[in-house]
Amino acid sequence: MNNRQKGLFSYQSYKKNVQLGILAFPAVVLIFIFSYVPMAGIFIAFKDINYEKGLFHSPWVGFDNFKFFFSSSDVWLVMRNTLSYNIVFIAVGTLLSILFAVLLNEVLSRRLVKGYQTIFFFPYFFSWIIVAYMTYSFIGPYGVVTSFLERVGIRFDFYTETWIWPILLTLISIWKGLGYMSIIFYAGIMGISQEYFEAASIDGATKFQMIRKITIPLLMPLITIMTLLSIGKIFYSDFGLFFFIPREIGQLFPVTQVIDTYVYRMLKVSGDLGMSSAVGLFQSTMGFLVVLFSNYVVKKVDEDNKLF
Amino acid sequence: MLSKKIGPQLFINLLFILFSIACIFPLIAVISVSFSSEEDILKYGYSLIPKSFDLSAYAYVLYKPLQIVNAFKVSILVSVIGTVVSLLVIAGIAYPMSREDFKLKNKLSFYVFFTMLFNGGLVPTYMLISNYLHLKNTIWVLILPYLAFPWFILILRSFMQKIPHSIIESCMIDGASEFRIFFRIILPLAKPGLATVALFILLQYWNDWWLSMLYIEKESLVPLQFMLYRMMNNITYLTNASNMMPPGMKDLVLPSESARMAMAILAAGPMLAVFPFFQKYFVRGLTVGAVKG
Repeated sequence: MNNRQKGLFSYQSYKKNVQLGILAFPAVVLIFIFSYVPMAGIFIAFKDINYEKGLFHSPWVGFDNFKFFFSSSDVWLVMRNTLSYNIVFIAVGTLLSILFAVLLNEVLSRRLVKGYQTIFFFPYFFSWIIVAYMTYSFIGPYGVVTSFLERVGIRFDFYTETWIWPILLTLISIWKGLGYMSIIFYAGIMGISQEYFEAASIDGATKFQMIRKITIPLLMPLITIMTLLSIGKIFYSDFGLFFFIPREIGQLFPVTQVIDTYVYRMLKVSGDLGMSSAVGLFQSTMGFLVVLFSNYVVKKVDEDNKLF
Repeated sequence: MLSKKIGPQLFINLLFILFSIACIFPLIAVISVSFSSEEDILKYGYSLIPKSFDLSAYAYVLYKPLQIVNAFKVSILVSVIGTVVSLLVIAGIAYPMSREDFKLKNKLSFYVFFTMLFNGGLVPTYMLISNYLHLKNTIWVLILPYLAFPWFILILRSFMQKIPHSIIESCMIDGASEFRIFFRIILPLAKPGLATVALFILLQYWNDWWLSMLYIEKESLVPLQFMLYRMMNNITYLTNASNMMPPGMKDLVLPSESARMAMAILAAGPMLAVFPFFQKYFVRGLTVGAVKG
């Protein structure tokens, strides 16, 4: 009896696991094809790809592709741009969106909260190409801002002045992502049990104390996940932002060229597959190491907040 | 009590209203440029209130709309098929990952999230898709690569984790198969999560230019965003060229400035119209939980 029950149970558990596995199967296959198979392709980074010989018969060149990339004169500029933009985006973006989420939670009128959510989300709806058109409508030769400046006697050509672009790109990036990020954090705050706040309020805690002692600490795991995930992408850039917004204006490259656009343009011009995949491997590996390291630091500080 | 609250409330709302204006402002600018006449633009520049209400940009864009209609068709087809299939695929994997009693749960989580941290890069992916899968210049290349996006899996799994296990258990005791539980119980209960993720997926497909930039050369498969990108370059080229033309040529003014913006409005419009349908579920559906649950 006991044995039979056990057998029945394990058969059922086997059936359950198989059925759940079948549900997951399509995604597993798709992820395998589009994410794992390309990982196997990183060997291209160590080859001198010759179209006639094909991928597999081209000669191995060790780390030559990496050497070639790191000895090019643009590499440090491109690297500096990528990292400094990302650091600014992550720091400013995260802080502002947490601030927005916390403040959104303080708005008394439910209807206003709904309204803000909708409107803040607007920029997220536009593709980078449409944002590029918008930017152009502001600062292009006939743009709203340009013609306003002209009217007050200032001739300013945005698309040739390099100093303004770091500011512009940061503003645009924050503008586009702030609503999305702050709603993720706001949803996180919504998930915090109301009881904590009620208890604190009975104890006479001020709003500010509640935010500091309840909201932020309980939001910390989410903040850590979001930050760690963006840190993992620190050697990547939002291609659309850096490619479409400043347009193909070579004069601006010193401040707008990032690793991704550099590789793309290089690939278009020279078609050097080996070197491009070397850069790709470098980005991915570095990002991965940075995440591992940050996760290690997070784990040291607070075990609960670690990503894995 | 009330008087203590008015100050901060005023400040917060003021801040939010300012940011709201910043969010809407560019859209208004683009709309009003699209309704401006080309002469006004060349004379006064873009302005936020059109000097005259002029429909010639839309007339120009829609005069021979074959290209545009085709681009719309491609975008709609890709977005609809992509969203429906992707939602099923993502829900299919998110659900087992949300089940504590699923044997492969942790292995599956690792399998999915590892791809968020490490990837093969542009070149191997490109080689795979064009040389080995032969998807270049097919409609599939615009759909398949985005079907199982790990970030969306993470959101939906986090949402499904909140569904009480007792519901699933009671169904199991009633003898329902996992498929039945998934389609009849889980999917209806996960509606806010599904709606939120569906909106993200839809936006991802509708706004994508990356896949078409890499893999589409055939005119008949050019989606809206890619067409918009090509128009941007084309008109840059036009204005550059016109500077070198004899002055008399400039009388022949195409509504290029306003037409561009009219196109942008046509491309952005549908998504803005779609949002209200998802709004109801939005904040509830957007849960991001720990990667290792």
